[in-house]
Amino acid sequence: MIKTDILIIGAGPTGLFAVFEAGLLQLKCHLIDALPQPGGQCSEIYPKKPIYDIPGFPEILAGELVDNLMEQIKPFQPGFTLGERAETIEKMEDGSFVVTTNKGTQHQAPVIAIAGGLGSFEPRKPLLDNLAQYEDNGVAYMIKEPEIYRDKKVLIAGGGDSALDWSIFLADVADEVTLVHRRNEFRGALDSVEKVQQLKNEGKINLITPAEVVALHGEDKLERVTVKNTDTSKETDVAVDNFIPLFGLSPKLGPIADWGLEIEKNAIKVDNSLDYQTNIPGIYAIGDVNTYPGKLKLILCGFHEATLMCQSAYQRIHPDKKYVMKYTTVGGVTGFDGSKKEAPKAVVKAID
Amino acid sequence: MSDIKIKITDREGVSHEVDAPTDMNMNLMEVVRSYELAPEGTIGICGGMAMCASCQCYIQSEHQLPEKSDDEEAMLAEAFFVKDNSRLGCQIRITEDLDGLEVELAPEEA
Repeated sequence: MIKTDILIIGAGPTGLFAVFEAGLLQLKCHLIDALPQPGGQCSEIYPKKPIYDIPGFPEILAGELVDNLMEQIKPFQPGFTLGERAETIEKMEDGSFVVTTNKGTQHQAPVIAIAGGLGSFEPRKPLLDNLAQYEDNGVAYMIKEPEIYRDKKVLIAGGGDSALDWSIFLADVADEVTLVHRRNEFRGALDSVEKVQQLKNEGKINLITPAEVVALHGEDKLERVTVKNTDTSKETDVAVDNFIPLFGLSPKLGPIADWGLEIEKNAIKVDNSLDYQTNIPGIYAIGDVNTYPGKLKLILCGFHEATLMCQSAYQRIHPDKKYVMKYTTVGGVTGFDGSKKEAPKAVVKAID
Repeated sequence: MSDIKIKITDREGVSHEVDAPTDMNMNLMEVVRSYELAPEGTIGICGGMAMCASCQCYIQSEHQLPEKSDDEEAMLAEAFFVKDNSRLGCQIRITEDLDGLEVELAPEEA
């Protein structure tokens, strides 16, 4: 069981900054995120795109903002459970909560801060009738262990970087790799596109474009798929062991929607007059995941919400302690790792 | 003149005639959101970067629209429910030329 003061669900910019504000109050944080890396949408969807409305940064790339936040919170040694989705929440007798992920990892904390953005990123699944029947029987939406494809006949669908990169990687592992995409053009990194071209010329990747998979067949497990040329409408069957559609990710609020929280417009209602607490005391929602009158889904608003949430969390965890907010310029930043940052002392020296 | 009329059929098949400003640097996805013609969280998910297809719509009138960018082409190639008249609403800027535009919102991806 992982124990912490504030359990933050979602490691996007708002969740990361909450670690800093909590750290100033000597509260420890642990973050859960369904993605394999911190940063949320900033890392996953638009790391190379500029943001112009972060106060003090006339222009910053989303990926750089995440790097900066990670650097800023480093002294407060946050824990991370990455690549796992928060699934269930249970209230304990002592008032704390236990959150369990889809992989069974358990976390306990007196305060939960949901900073889940638009939800956890789930693979986009193609619209095929009997798709669910073959899940884990030949159909997978992400590649976790490439070795299981050794000497198999694999068909990958998609036109982005992951489709290209995995086709390249599996060309050396699998018996056969077929790449199907609805257009002739791919939108991946240029060298990936060139590499696929080269492997196609060498006969190591069977490229079918412009085409899409329209049907799946097989008794107990996947045996073949029907591929339809989108120009000629001609259909061909391809014998495969595995079909891996890589159509990117889309966010889903997911299991959090069933936690008994008040939901409005696909977001969690919070008390914006005070501390961004939800209808369940001890559970807060900050950043894009919450809603209240006048809500704006901006990173800068998430930072503000995270800051107020931490003050409320402090009072909840230490109801008897007195505290007044201190400026970092005055108090410096003392990390849990023993590091200390502070403003240099003024020199007192007489002038002759 | 700063407002144009646009006819938008929502995902339930209900038609709405709305006024869209041409002087606010808005796009079609934002117009749909401003009138709340699709629930928040189901449209404009990526914020308008042509990186999701949640604002896909079918253009039903004969208006001359700006060419699709490479990003929009690529996204539509991976989207579902795509038809020949599919466009991403976020890539269509509201201009005076679009007065009388008629569109239908594509279904939400499951």
